[in-house]
Amino acid sequence: MPRELADILQRYQGRGREALLPLLWEVQTAFGHVDAAAARTISQTLRVPEADVYGVIGFYTLFNALPEGETTVHICTDPSCALAGSEELLEHTCQALGVQPEETASDGRFTVKRTTCLGLCEHAPAALVARRGEGLHSVAPADAQTLLNGAKTPARADTLGGKAHIFLGGAAGERAQSLAEYGDYAALRRALTELTPEQVSAEVEAAGLLGRGGAAFPTGLKWKFTREALAQPHYAICNADESEPGTFKDRVLMEHKPHQVLEGLALCAYAIGAQEAYIFIRGEYPEAEGRLREALAEAEAAGLLGERVMGTDWSCRVEIRRGAGAYICGEETALFEAIEGKRGYPRLKPPYPTTNGLFDRPTAINNVETLSAVPAIVRQGAGWFRQWGTEKSSGTKLFSVSGHVRRPGTYEAPFGVTLRELLEGADYCGGVQGTLQAVLLGGAAGVFLRADEIDVPLTYEDLQTLGATMGSGAVMVFNDTVDLREVLRELARFFAHESCGKCYPCQFGTQRQLEILERLDAPLPGDRARLLDIGHTMTEASLCGLGQTAASAVLSAMSKWPQLFPSE
Amino acid sequence: MSERPQTVTLTIDGQEVTVPVGTTILEAARALDVHIPTICEHEATTSEGLCRICVVDVNGGRLLQAACVTEARDGMVVDTRNERVERSRRTVLEMLNASVDLSQAPEVQDMLDEYGADRERFPQALRREHALLDDNPFYVRDYSQCILCWRCVQACGEDAQYAFALTLSERGFHTRVATAFDAPLPETACVFCGQCIGVCPTGALKPKIEFELEQGWSVEQVREHLGQARKRRKRA
Repeated sequence: MPRELADILQRYQGRGREALLPLLWEVQTAFGHVDAAAARTISQTLRVPEADVYGVIGFYTLFNALPEGETTVHICTDPSCALAGSEELLEHTCQALGVQPEETASDGRFTVKRTTCLGLCEHAPAALVARRGEGLHSVAPADAQTLLNGAKTPARADTLGGKAHIFLGGAAGERAQSLAEYGDYAALRRALTELTPEQVSAEVEAAGLLGRGGAAFPTGLKWKFTREALAQPHYAICNADESEPGTFKDRVLMEHKPHQVLEGLALCAYAIGAQEAYIFIRGEYPEAEGRLREALAEAEAAGLLGERVMGTDWSCRVEIRRGAGAYICGEETALFEAIEGKRGYPRLKPPYPTTNGLFDRPTAINNVETLSAVPAIVRQGAGWFRQWGTEKSSGTKLFSVSGHVRRPGTYEAPFGVTLRELLEGADYCGGVQGTLQAVLLGGAAGVFLRADEIDVPLTYEDLQTLGATMGSGAVMVFNDTVDLREVLRELARFFAHESCGKCYPCQFGTQRQLEILERLDAPLPGDRARLLDIGHTMTEASLCGLGQTAASAVLSAMSKWPQLFPSE
Repeated sequence: MSERPQTVTLTIDGQEVTVPVGTTILEAARALDVHIPTICEHEATTSEGLCRICVVDVNGGRLLQAACVTEARDGMVVDTRNERVERSRRTVLEMLNASVDLSQAPEVQDMLDEYGADRERFPQALRREHALLDDNPFYVRDYSQCILCWRCVQACGEDAQYAFALTLSERGFHTRVATAFDAPLPETACVFCGQCIGVCPTGALKPKIEFELEQGWSVEQVREHLGQARKRRKRA
């Protein structure tokens, strides 16, 4: 056994299956792949069946069982990057190496792969670089030369704008806010000294905060259910697996205001009676993970997190877990499976996480943006939070805007701002580039809006009347030079790539949908009816939210631009 | 404190039925002799709601529910076969048939007929094709016939044998059943208990004797081959 592998395994002695992803990451990073011999020793160390280790490697795209080049370049070809020329980038990179996508150059130095959204849409085209022995870094905007000469680009300056009432205050676009700049967790201090856990979740409930990951479930209620569940221990989890194409606001929050995320997570843990917390962050976010780790160390050193927080009897142990390339792990129960060291399959619901979550224990799992709203609510009160937005959509919302606007970026806006204001306002994106054709709202799982629908106020209730959803707050803008059929093919490819394969409607439907969209320029008779049947079946019969929304954008495009599809 | 009720009463296709708490819609329907089709469900393995053939319409809700894993609740009104349900079942069957060799899956063939599925519905569709695996004396594996019902993996693991020789690998349409690093079965944790064959609903897993007879071997040839295999084992 190589000495380096023995050293890694030594550190995992005595641990169990829950350590599988962290251990696989160490081996993957050190050797560039996890071969059968390494898998056998991993299996023995963690007492996990060898077949299961192999199954887990095969589920996550950032792990591989076969050797690749010293450097693997993952190039995003989802819609926003495609608008910025990612297909050409992929082609040039491959040409320079004399390979096809998914192949390794003959000298063994590089492998080039196509990948799904990296959450760097405003800096498109984006790439993720994995170097054997070193790890991951992202490059955006990327060009073939930079990718192949191994240079790391300087820190990106993210565009942050809008009304910084709740989320973006004090954030600089280039670096993380330090603890000194953020302040010493005044909301957590207030909670620990003045408020019971019940009062914290009651305040969040009164604020009307809804989950910002896409499902819009009332956060305070989720916390109440979890706290009241009898089994112990309870877990608080931050879902930082942001992978919805076109969505990058969680990355921005983690990179620029990591302490706000951590304080929100600690408040959640306090409110639900937990002392163990996890942040599950997607593997494609190395910079955000680094900043979160630094912030966590800073907070622990200051006694704000960790054992006996602020000198009280309450502890809040936070562990950061890295995903390994699987959109489905943003689904809360699939995320639990990933932390537990399994293939990221979504579980059947009920039972729900509030009673049977991580390790089958009561768990409150919240999106990064949701948790980031909590410190301000606890500091300033529900009434203060409710001064923005509407009765049913309270506070402000973060929008990730990419594509054909003058200033793509992350914008904070009170609920109720119109889509037009967001796209054209001087405080926001400053106007559409060219003539607006379509907006894809809510990411790949979202719905298309036509140019004549952008006066809709962005609230949950108003969007519902259009048959649209807020989703994750992704706004992808397409002008009239774009062939929407190409966008649909990219979305279909995304879902076919990311379907976990558990249930039949999604496993087959995502593949069949892709095949039909790929031949849209020369359709077969009956293709329209096929797409409708596939869409109906995935939407109504799939096991989880991924399959249930995998046809959403296609179905909305079929109703709004019927001329793009074959007539029957 | 009042005691929790021990039963629930629901309506399935217009018939009222009272069942113990914890009963699934599928079980409740069976109690009424109402037939709901199933593919992945099996009495010996854990229902995971994979095939979605058993979906039913509950209270006209937005989503159809898998009857095999949805608990019957008081006052539920279940429609086991309306237009929504039939459309989903038929489309799933058509997509499955376009992907997998179902020639040795008679139950699924019957379902294709019952739901009026068009066997040519998805032309030019990618099929899941795998080379036949004949790597041990006991049985052969033809994953081109595998419908990913998970039963073999479950029987090999926690539902029966605790051997854990099998796993699911890859993802999405390309998911497949595999051993660790695709090693031949004799080099894995497999104990050749045969539980996986017993629960396989298609021709994906079958005893070697059956396979050889299908290939046109005579009984004598099969017998001789078995004898040779026995001798080899004795020597080993």
